[in-house]
Amino acid sequence: MTVLTGNTENTGHTETANTARPAPARRPRKPLGTRAYKVFRVAALVAVVLFLVAPLFWMLLASFKTNVDIYDTGKSFFFTPTGENYANVLQRNNYFVFIFNSFWVAFVSTALSLVLGVPAAYAMSRFTMHRSALVVLMARVIPGVSLLVPWYYVFSNLKMVGGFEVLILSHMFVSLPLIVYIMMSYFDSLPLELEESAQVDGLTPIGAFRRITLPLSVSGIATAGILSFIFSWNNFMFALVLSGSKTKTLPVAIFDFVSYASIDWGGLMAAATVVTIPIMIIALFTQKYIVSGMTAGATKG
Amino acid sequence: MSVLTPPRSAQSEPPSGRSARRAPGARENFSAWANRHRKWLFAAPAMIFVGVLIVFPLAWTLYLSLTDSQGSVRAASEFVGLQNYLTVLSDAERFWPAVGRTLSFTGVALVCEVVLGMCIALLLWRPFRGEKWVRVAILLPLVATPVAVGMMWRLIFDPNIGFVNQLLGMVGIPPQPWLSGQDTALGTTIFMDVWQWTPMVVLILLAGLTSLSEEPDEAARMDGANAFQRFFFITLPLMMPTVIVAILLRGIDALKTFDILYATKGKGGGSFHEVETLNVYAYGLSFDYNQYGLSSAVLILFFMIIIGSMWLLTMRKKAVSK
Repeated sequence: MTVLTGNTENTGHTETANTARPAPARRPRKPLGTRAYKVFRVAALVAVVLFLVAPLFWMLLASFKTNVDIYDTGKSFFFTPTGENYANVLQRNNYFVFIFNSFWVAFVSTALSLVLGVPAAYAMSRFTMHRSALVVLMARVIPGVSLLVPWYYVFSNLKMVGGFEVLILSHMFVSLPLIVYIMMSYFDSLPLELEESAQVDGLTPIGAFRRITLPLSVSGIATAGILSFIFSWNNFMFALVLSGSKTKTLPVAIFDFVSYASIDWGGLMAAATVVTIPIMIIALFTQKYIVSGMTAGATKG
Repeated sequence: MSVLTPPRSAQSEPPSGRSARRAPGARENFSAWANRHRKWLFAAPAMIFVGVLIVFPLAWTLYLSLTDSQGSVRAASEFVGLQNYLTVLSDAERFWPAVGRTLSFTGVALVCEVVLGMCIALLLWRPFRGEKWVRVAILLPLVATPVAVGMMWRLIFDPNIGFVNQLLGMVGIPPQPWLSGQDTALGTTIFMDVWQWTPMVVLILLAGLTSLSEEPDEAARMDGANAFQRFFFITLPLMMPTVIVAILLRGIDALKTFDILYATKGKGGGSFHEVETLNVYAYGLSFDYNQYGLSSAVLILFFMIIIGSMWLLTMRKKAVSK
């Protein structure tokens, strides 16, 4: 009927058609009318995409230009691309080391946070431990600097500043609350019945968690893990204070790039591209998880 | 309910599963014990970790704020009572301007992000061809490393070689100083924040929009309401709780913005402190000038501002949800 063809405004018929049907599956939404609106919508969407992507594209372009070309406004879009900036960044500035550092810190801190955070989120969700959850989630609110001072105090007395351990611990401070937050809303939405019937069949509660709930939570854990990895990869402030020359992560390495007298723009843009590309590739393939993680708990009221 | 109090779910204690076989043995006993105490066994490691890494440092910050600690972290310090707070609160040169910048940065950025975010979310609401690509575009700024983003904008906003001034030149507008101008720097950093984080607001609002039931909208349409009326009188009021969640989540992070400010303007928020927010100020006091006592006082005050504004928003949300 009208519902299925869907492009008339004949709402009266639509309603009767719907009430007659027992449980209408998600109806196709009605397009919002006029041709003028459609044209406007396409134009607006193109503008939005341009606004979001153009700066990144500009960064990519500049990373393939020589510094002479960057200073030449006539060569904004037409120039002879060079890979020299990348060779420079990767070889002479040892970026492979920083890439490894960033990866290692993000990986270990995410893995450890998952080990600590997933069972904790489970307990907090199943036993509705709201006050305990509040303590963990406070970490999302506290300004990082207020923790850095005491950490720096303690860790520099223990002569641990500059080591991977401190860096990983500090990144876990960001990862753990994030994982607990995402996993709690995931466990809340997971039905209890499966666990209960597993227990009736003879599994212990922990056994039911391990064999039933965990396998069902793979997508939730993936969401939490990916987001935690991204946040750790992007983290700047903790590494700025707590990393040493051997454990420097990529964001700090980029920051150090400009502390020389004049800026090597081509190299800087190549370095910036090197940091952002891996994370964007991950994002492209895990889009669904990132969106569900970013919006976790936002619409439950 | 606020961001901090996760959704409540009514749970009953599942039946205890210690039934099957009960051969006595250390392993069995441990398993039984573990199952009985699984609530705390599961939650304790994370909570101890958080306690040691957060509660203890916070307490220490509070203590430091009452001392004259400075210089080396190993140097002795003396208890000075509320002296640091008095110094900070009477500091009209750095502290109060930083408070102002923090609030205006957050306020302006939030308004732009929510308004723009709502417009984009409405554009994306109904399905269309090529939706996939628009969604990818929305995700890219969101996951980009903030420091790299800062560097990228530094080039684009560069007064001499930047693309923005090049564009302005084409339409005959004289070049602007952007990041290097004393009056324009803060606005430019707000623009960067809007570019990077509007997508997050879009995602949250879009999740809210798709979970709305269509009946009220439909009914209003039948009553002859036009698109604007339907948005302002139906959709927006229904979306209010989600909008406030978005403001809350974004607001917490916006107040604490550090990366792009430090990456674009460096120590002290530039030579005239033009983008020095509370977070940048506190960081500078701690790690560029080693004034731990003073910086701790600033941090405690900053923390109170964050908690205060969150509390206000949570109250507002409760009122709206009713």
